[in-house]
Amino acid sequence: MSLLELDDVKVHFPVKRGVLFDRTVGHVYAVDGVSLSVTAGQTYGLVGESGCGKTTLGRAILRLNDITAGHVVFDGTDLAALPDEEMRRARRRLQMVFQDPLGSLNPRQNIESILAEGMAAHGIGADREERRTRILEILERVGLPATALSRYPHEFSGGQRQRIGIARALVLEPDLIICDEPVSALDVSIQAQVLNLLEELQDSLGLTYVVIAHDLAVVRHISDVIGVMYLGQLVEEAPSDVLYAEPRHPYTRALMSAVPVPDPDLEDSRERILLRGDLPSPANPPTGCRFHTRCPWRQAERCDTERPALTDIGGGHRVACHFAAEIADGTLEPVRELAPKLLGAETPAAEVPAEVPADAAAQREKGERGEKESTTP
Amino acid sequence: MTTNLTTSKADKIDRLAELTARRETASGGSLWVEALRRLRSSKMALIGGGVMAVFIVLAVIGPWIAPHDPTAQLWRDEVRVNQSIFVGPRGDNWLGLDHLGRDQLSRMLVGARQTLLVGVVATLLGFVVGVLIGGLSGAALAFGGKAGRRVDTVLMRVIDMALALPSLLLAVSIAAVLGQSLTTVMIAVGVVQIPIFARLLRGSMLAQASADYVLAARALGVRRRRIVLGHVLPNSLGPVIVQTTLALATAIIEAAALSYLGLGNPDAAQPEWGVMLAQAQRFFDQAPMMAVYPALGIIITALGFTLLGEAMREALDPKLRS
Ligand SMILES: Nc1ncnc2c1ncn2[C@@H]1O[C@H](COP(=O)(O)OP(=O)(O)OP(=O)(O)O)[C@@H](O)[C@H]1O
Ligand code: SF4
Ligand SMILES: [Mg+2]
Repeated sequence: MSLLELDDVKVHFPVKRGVLFDRTVGHVYAVDGVSLSVTAGQTYGLVGESGCGKTTLGRAILRLNDITAGHVVFDGTDLAALPDEEMRRARRRLQMVFQDPLGSLNPRQNIESILAEGMAAHGIGADREERRTRILEILERVGLPATALSRYPHEFSGGQRQRIGIARALVLEPDLIICDEPVSALDVSIQAQVLNLLEELQDSLGLTYVVIAHDLAVVRHISDVIGVMYLGQLVEEAPSDVLYAEPRHPYTRALMSAVPVPDPDLEDSRERILLRGDLPSPANPPTGCRFHTRCPWRQAERCDTERPALTDIGGGHRVACHFAAEIADGTLEPVRELAPKLLGAETPAAEVPAEVPADAAAQREKGERGEKESTTP
Repeated sequence: MTTNLTTSKADKIDRLAELTARRETASGGSLWVEALRRLRSSKMALIGGGVMAVFIVLAVIGPWIAPHDPTAQLWRDEVRVNQSIFVGPRGDNWLGLDHLGRDQLSRMLVGARQTLLVGVVATLLGFVVGVLIGGLSGAALAFGGKAGRRVDTVLMRVIDMALALPSLLLAVSIAAVLGQSLTTVMIAVGVVQIPIFARLLRGSMLAQASADYVLAARALGVRRRRIVLGHVLPNSLGPVIVQTTLALATAIIEAAALSYLGLGNPDAAQPEWGVMLAQAQRFFDQAPMMAVYPALGIIITALGFTLLGEAMREALDPKLRS
């Protein structure tokens, strides 16, 4: 049963200019038509490179950003259509954990005041004592001592601050928590702890998560379903295992190739795709397939003009690429200039694209050794 | 030209607001404690604070410790202006007598109170009205949606126009309209301060409003009024408090300037540093010290306030933090 349904959600930020009167001179198409569904009790992972609109989409769900068009249906109610006051009340059930643990805590509030604020706003707990009992319970749950109550955010470590942020969401007993890069500001050693805490809480409280991250490694073991975003749109979505086993969209494959694999043999042989060029501006997105300016498999005409729809290819796997099937079959040639040393090249060169064996896809299937190239999605 | 001036001045204030505001979030709750510690070890703050304390004490108790009546012309016979005979410092009159034979020290002491009064009242006026306008504008723009944006635009256009006028000119025009009195000086000097306070608070609030903890409060479902009054405003006041100290210095100078120009208290017998300076001007070649005393008073006081303000600003600056 899906708890959250996004239907063609768009968030366009107007670009204003003008000395005396602001004139709208264009739009930043931060989120441009995203439809997805989050199942109750599961974790939906949202990945994509910086600036692709993940945060904007996450905030749009809570209506912290104005939604330009589309529907955000949470438990049967379209949040996009709610009056402000009702939306404010609805937020008890939808909470958010922020990327910057310190920045998201008011430096002048102590922990008790931070945690009690949401309760007061929603009339949870009759008096201070009752709220304190509840707060202490939650603090214990997230692994913070009771002495934390009277202390201030700057007195805690990064990991503890994020626990405070999680506790702040939990005191309201939400159904859905949107975690926007919940661990990217933390030390690597702390990241796993916080991710484990999130999973534990999900198991014991039956929470539903939307976890946003810019790399696949973080969302991999915590997500049930993963959606890949590019320039404000969803380009691929699949159950976590399926996406890792068979990434179908060229962009997902590029992203995937940037994730190191623990097994050294696999690490040497796996596919590496270097994306050329910068992320186009979301204020002026490419026509047709938004990825066509960087896609190694781009086919003239069709990719440049026709927007590929997100289509189900079976098993809950959705891809937005005209040639997903052909690429998977290996019948379509990647363009070398856009993906030099894609596979099977003998000389590890950095910048100059050298001549490479023709049938790269076939070679990969034979399990031949692929060549490395520094890759960044 | 005017628009350029407006934007540059307004931009400067905005940047100051943003800078100070950004420190707050980054530095955590210990901000004030830490700033206070740094303030205490700052020589600038020590000197500025010392000057300020002495001035305030003198201004308050001045009329009681003044050895003579500041308006009494007790030694008229000794002072002969047309013969260039003035009475300099002597046992009974430490700073000598002025051109009408009045005790200079007593006039300085009693005048200090006037000067402080004008400075404080004017700054208070500027602070209260400026904070109201700036707070309203900032809150409207950050949380008021489309209608709020319009409110902000209108308010800020007016504020920018006021900023674009040279402050003394504005003060003189106001004084000219209201007529000659000490109240006029207070109002004129205070009005000039309004746009600075307004701009500063608005900028500071906008910087805070986009901070993550405000977003977090919205996500929690905290009501808008509580977000503005409980989160944004308390975190935005730092730069405004610094500005208050600096504004006092400006107010004292401007009040003196307006009095000097003859827009202050019409009763010229009443001592006020600006009036004293104006009166001394005529006799500068015969009795330069008559001008030096009030001038020094104004300069030292303004300098003291400025030093303290700058020290406070520095204490709040993260770049200097260890
Ligand atoms: N308030 C805003 N006004 C105008 N443009 C905005 C606003 N917020 C975000 N954008 C733009 O929208 C695009 C998407 O931003 P967003 O923060 O959602 O990306 P992201 O995927 O979260 O990136 P990151 O990994 O850097 O957090 C960016 O180009 C950004 O500049
Ligand atoms: S539609 Fe064309 S350009 Fe877009 S990802 Fe598929 S092959 Fe590449
Ligand atoms: Mg983001």
